[in-house]
Amino acid sequence: MSNIPEDLYYTKTHEWVKQDADGTVTVGITDHAQHLLGDMVFIELPDPGSEFNTGDDCAVVESVKAASDVYCPVSGEIIETNVALVETPEVVNQDPYGDGWLFRLKPNDEGEVEDLLDAETYRELAEEESH
Amino acid sequence: MAQRTALYEKHIAAGGKMVDFAGWDMPIHYGSQIEEHHTVRNHAGVFDVSHMTVIDFKGEATRAFLQRLLANDVGKLTIPGKALYSCMLNEQGGIIDDLITYYMNETWYRMVVNAATREKDLAWINQQAASFNIEITERADLAMLAVQGPAARGNVHQVLGGKIGAAHELEPFFAAQCEDLFIARTGYTGEDGYEIILPAGKAPELWDKLLEAGVKPIGLGARDTLRLEAGMNLYGQDMDETTTPLESGLAWTIAWQPAARQFIGRPALEQQHEAGVPRKLVGLVLLDRGVLRSHQKVIVHNGGEGETTSGSFSPTLNRSIAFARVPAQTSGECEVEIRNKKLKAKIVKPPFVRFGKSCID
Repeated sequence: MSNIPEDLYYTKTHEWVKQDADGTVTVGITDHAQHLLGDMVFIELPDPGSEFNTGDDCAVVESVKAASDVYCPVSGEIIETNVALVETPEVVNQDPYGDGWLFRLKPNDEGEVEDLLDAETYRELAEEESH
Repeated sequence: MAQRTALYEKHIAAGGKMVDFAGWDMPIHYGSQIEEHHTVRNHAGVFDVSHMTVIDFKGEATRAFLQRLLANDVGKLTIPGKALYSCMLNEQGGIIDDLITYYMNETWYRMVVNAATREKDLAWINQQAASFNIEITERADLAMLAVQGPAARGNVHQVLGGKIGAAHELEPFFAAQCEDLFIARTGYTGEDGYEIILPAGKAPELWDKLLEAGVKPIGLGARDTLRLEAGMNLYGQDMDETTTPLESGLAWTIAWQPAARQFIGRPALEQQHEAGVPRKLVGLVLLDRGVLRSHQKVIVHNGGEGETTSGSFSPTLNRSIAFARVPAQTSGECEVEIRNKKLKAKIVKPPFVRFGKSCID
């Protein structure tokens, strides 16, 4: 079974969201998602400063198999992206919750984060999909 | 429910991620498609290709029949065991399927066709054979393993020992029957190796022995990136019944001589050849960052458009490559539209990789 850390928030579209101490959030794709997609070969990241609404496609992860959109989990402004992934997209497979993070975002409304799925709810969703 | 090959349990045991392929439950990979790709380029891997359709032709009229059925000429096959790659065309010159025919002796030819086209191929072949006195048998009782890579032949020799006899000396593109093993020095990866056709019941044992000898299981995912790098077309993607061999990079497989050989599709091909072939299949190497996929729009500089037919990331070249069907006069550079962006690509002549080495600049 895939790894689903308890201290993160999740979306139905397989992004994870971590609340940072400074009020920003870090976003990536889950272990379940990287496993489904397979070996990553290309990551397209948003421009810092760009703004997205909840559910907007804001990044693309491409595995050797297929391209997949990454959806913005909460509305806000991109403040930093993980540019190291441009050269080493495989890090998303190796460490999806650590060095494989995709971008940091300043949410328009911090309350929005708490409306996301908790680990338990996401685990049920991922298990359902695996069957 | 999807069909299963004799090796289904072996795939599960090896951690294969199973997917539906042309009605068969087949492994797409066993963990990492890219690692499997490199294994075949650098060492040896084994593919279960038992879903492919093996057809035996028996009878003295077989040669005459195949000379009518196929765009390439089995008349070129004079030494027993020799294999021939060919397209099977409809009357319009469109490709019904691509296949390999092995000439075993004057009264036995063996053909391997694609899994996805099995039904229509068998229907077409039987229809065309009606006036020939030949026996056509689908060999669903057989399994097929492809062992490919620079170490593949050595591994097979080690595993099979004396059993394969003269097959040790097989030249490329030849096959031999050694007891119950049909061993062919053919493949779909651009590497040396064998394709082994054997009774389905014996396949699991051979699989186990190959794995014990250090050969790694390889899924259909890596099979696709390996064949793309090797410049080999995939039926249904790079060609189909609406495209001729002339438009599919397969002009070399049409045997125009002898001129009197009236193979199916010949008049249509001659007409297209004389009128000028409007499109061609080329290789693309993406110069910008991104990944080429099938059905992306290709914009060529002197006007006109084309479309990618197969595309992927090339693990050997560490960049993206594709086949594309473009206007016949296209050369140099072009642009490919990916998610509303135009990315630069270079037009090349496949293969991209041969025997583990890059064939492009």
